[in-house]
Amino acid sequence: MTSAVDIARDVRAGARSARDVVETHLSAVAGREAELHAFNLVLADEARAGADEIDRRVAAGEDPGPLAGVPVALKDNLCTRGIPTTCSSRILEGWRPPYDATVVARVRAAGAVVVGKTNMDEFAMGSSTENSAFGPTRNPHDPSRVPGGSSGGSAAAVAAGFASLALGSDTGGSIRQPAALCGVVGVKPTYGLVSRYGLVAFASSLDQVGPFAGSVADAALLLDVIAGHDPADSTSVPRPAPSCSAVLGDGVEGLRIGVVRELLEGIDPEVAARVSAAAAALDAAGAKVEEVGVPATTLALSAYYVLATAEASSNLARYDGARYGLRVAGDDVTAMYGATRAAGFGAEVKRRIMLGTYALSAGYYDAYYGQAQRARTLIIRAFDVAYASYDLLLAPVTPTTAFPLGAKTADPLTMYLSDVCTIPSNLAGHPAISVPYGLGAGGLPIGVQILAPALAETTMFRAAAALERSLA
Amino acid sequence: MTATTATEWEMVVGLEVHCELATATKLFCACRNAFGDEPNTNVCPVCLGLPGSLPVLNRHAVELAMRVGLALHSSVEPSLFHRKNYFYPDMPKDYQVSQYDEPLNVGGWLDLPDGSRVGVTRAHMEEDTGKTTHVGGGGGRIHGADHSLVDYNRAGVPLVEIVSEPDIRSSEQAKAYVNELRAILVAIGASDARMEEGSLRIDANVSLRRPGAEAFGTRAEIKNLNSVRSLGRALEYEVRRQAGRLEAGEPVVQETRHWNEDEGRTSSMRSKEEAYDYRYFPEPDLVPLAPSDEWLAGVRAALPVLPADRRVALAAAAGVAGTDPAVATVVHLGLDDLVLAAVAAGAGGRLALNRAANELAHGAVPDAAAFAGVLRMEGDGRLTATQAKAVLAELVASGGDPEAIAKAKGFEALDGGVVAAAVDAAIAAAPEEWARFVAGEAKVAGFFVGKVMAATAGKADGKAVTALLRERMADR
Ligand SMILES: [Zn+2]
Repeated sequence: MTSAVDIARDVRAGARSARDVVETHLSAVAGREAELHAFNLVLADEARAGADEIDRRVAAGEDPGPLAGVPVALKDNLCTRGIPTTCSSRILEGWRPPYDATVVARVRAAGAVVVGKTNMDEFAMGSSTENSAFGPTRNPHDPSRVPGGSSGGSAAAVAAGFASLALGSDTGGSIRQPAALCGVVGVKPTYGLVSRYGLVAFASSLDQVGPFAGSVADAALLLDVIAGHDPADSTSVPRPAPSCSAVLGDGVEGLRIGVVRELLEGIDPEVAARVSAAAAALDAAGAKVEEVGVPATTLALSAYYVLATAEASSNLARYDGARYGLRVAGDDVTAMYGATRAAGFGAEVKRRIMLGTYALSAGYYDAYYGQAQRARTLIIRAFDVAYASYDLLLAPVTPTTAFPLGAKTADPLTMYLSDVCTIPSNLAGHPAISVPYGLGAGGLPIGVQILAPALAETTMFRAAAALERSLA
Repeated sequence: MTATTATEWEMVVGLEVHCELATATKLFCACRNAFGDEPNTNVCPVCLGLPGSLPVLNRHAVELAMRVGLALHSSVEPSLFHRKNYFYPDMPKDYQVSQYDEPLNVGGWLDLPDGSRVGVTRAHMEEDTGKTTHVGGGGGRIHGADHSLVDYNRAGVPLVEIVSEPDIRSSEQAKAYVNELRAILVAIGASDARMEEGSLRIDANVSLRRPGAEAFGTRAEIKNLNSVRSLGRALEYEVRRQAGRLEAGEPVVQETRHWNEDEGRTSSMRSKEEAYDYRYFPEPDLVPLAPSDEWLAGVRAALPVLPADRRVALAAAAGVAGTDPAVATVVHLGLDDLVLAAVAAGAGGRLALNRAANELAHGAVPDAAAFAGVLRMEGDGRLTATQAKAVLAELVASGGDPEAIAKAKGFEALDGGVVAAAVDAAIAAAPEEWARFVAGEAKVAGFFVGKVMAATAGKADGKAVTALLRERMADR
């Protein structure tokens, strides 16, 4: 598998055609997509035309940009102008956004070739991509198993070589968890580092767009393209983002890294063993690694399922049949709303809308939403304390390796526990990266997670690159 | 129920006024904020609430909202936007971005021309909804309509909602409050405040209590008040309705009521139990709004003098009470600078106020020096009131010099002897009326004034004629 860094370098230099690159990836799609179902929509014709345009520009002496000719897959909750954007939900049936998400515009402007829209849990609600209205995605390493979720399609697309890079969104672990289960790199940037404009919202205060890649360097390349201020997103950090690609070789000499004790509890031994191995590797590379307690992280899961569902109940109200997407007729407007939403949303989405509506209701607000906000504050404070003594934190990404399809669909709470190690970073708004670090039983990938304080992506990438080198 | 019933109850009213801000663009997007354009032409992904779109706060809207707050003597404070969640087709996102427990403008008051003061609870920012037209059946309401059309041009237009304290005690005071508020909003450039275009909309909270009682009664909220006149009528109706219930021993129900202008009555829309649970929570797509001290100071410095302060200054200069109706009229007409200039140039304050209020209410405004000149001539007795008004009308229509106009109209003051001779002739010609006047029938003076006016072709000064009549009576 050729890296995105190499593809872009070769295409810019005229050493390889973008068309050749895209054909290689499209033939991979032709080979396994029917089995894996990573995509809701493959944009083969558009990808070929886009690649030809890149080649024409290179021939004309232009520089198409840092992602020249790199095939990129987009999670289907990123708006693409004139191209269906479904969030893997029936309720958005037939809807074509009139605009590109900021991140989509940025990867296009950087010369990337969009190869398709990837499958996901409906509205990004889930941890296995089994909550898609269009059927599940399967794990390229073992098609009887899930790829993780909610960005399972993006993770599988990169793991299967369907795309060199992919974009996903991470609200509670939806990039890092599938990246770990599919054996690719996944990054959840600092909240506000990457524009959310055009990302269909699940939980606005937690959602963040980020890269999937086959290597740490490829992830840095894509993050450098999508990061940076966007005036269309009021929560966007109003200053330039530093380059992560530039620091990959800087090493970890002198960095203080804490292994989060609470996040190792209840973790499968084979996963915990890889975290220990990663800690040892970083220590050997010159970092000072030791165990640290961040007690409030144990509050994260319950706080998350109040806050995320509360925001979702409001964000998803607009899917009412009045303006776009699915409409199921009713005798009056209220009946139309009910019929449309009953038919358009899947069970997990309905469950979360009801949970969130309840959490915000008069008389319950303070006990649920208010309490969860206070827990969120405690988690942020706990991280602040930890980061006073450590530059980075180390943790598992997921409690287990990829689980079989259907294993957790009957019990939502068990499914929710898949995100126990990833949710704290979303609540704090901090960056975190999932780096593949070996295999478990059955050859299934295991990832380790590096957590960093807000806007410390460069430090995080130094450690991720060092970890990756330690495997070589 | 009788008319006297209502007077045994005290009306307690608080008003919620929604005011569209006069920005060029909407609150959270770059779409035009304009009334009367083709439906759904001023729309974009943001104000249509399309998936993935995000709001960006319009700085000018915040500035206008701050002006409103400062004009109402509110404290401008760091604030938050919240989402108000409810389903309705004219709300693209099925939530409205509004302010809840941390509004931009907190507290304040409004001084009315009659000298009363109405407290302001808050003036917060929010986005307007689209406009729904219900077609067929249902009498223009959603229930029973065949279908409904929505125009999203108005969706996302910036609003300020000004909530008064329950300080209003009469329909007249309520109307005066709205008129004063409109004058302020226009004066500070915050809004065109046109009720007929919906840029100013009123909800009224009404309850009754016995005079002297401290506790408030149960209130009803009245919606769909589309003019100041409707407000007055609806309050009068609601007072009679609530008084009728209370006197019959029935409680007033806390509910929202709809004013029907054609029927002249309110009807129940929804009860407290049916009230929406709006599930307010902080809007995560926007950051907290905390205007800097510099920004606030700049807005404050640019604020024009407000109507209440102009009334105080005008009344002081004219030497009349602040509550004098002519003072309010002159300020409302924007003629206070003209009157102040005339007074400074030696015109009488009362005369200047009255002439401005009554003679200049329509049409053009005369040159300040000329206006002062006419008033001085009238004050000196060189022009009668009738003549002065005629000269003023000519000044307004064509301009010119008042002396020259008076001369051209033949308004030169008559020789005192001519008037005296005419008075004597009139007395001699009507001994019977003279006897009645002497006997104390003062109104007969008008008869003699008329005769003298006729004899002098209207050039005599009525007051001078009356004075001469008194002189003759004393000299008898
Ligand atoms: Zn717009």
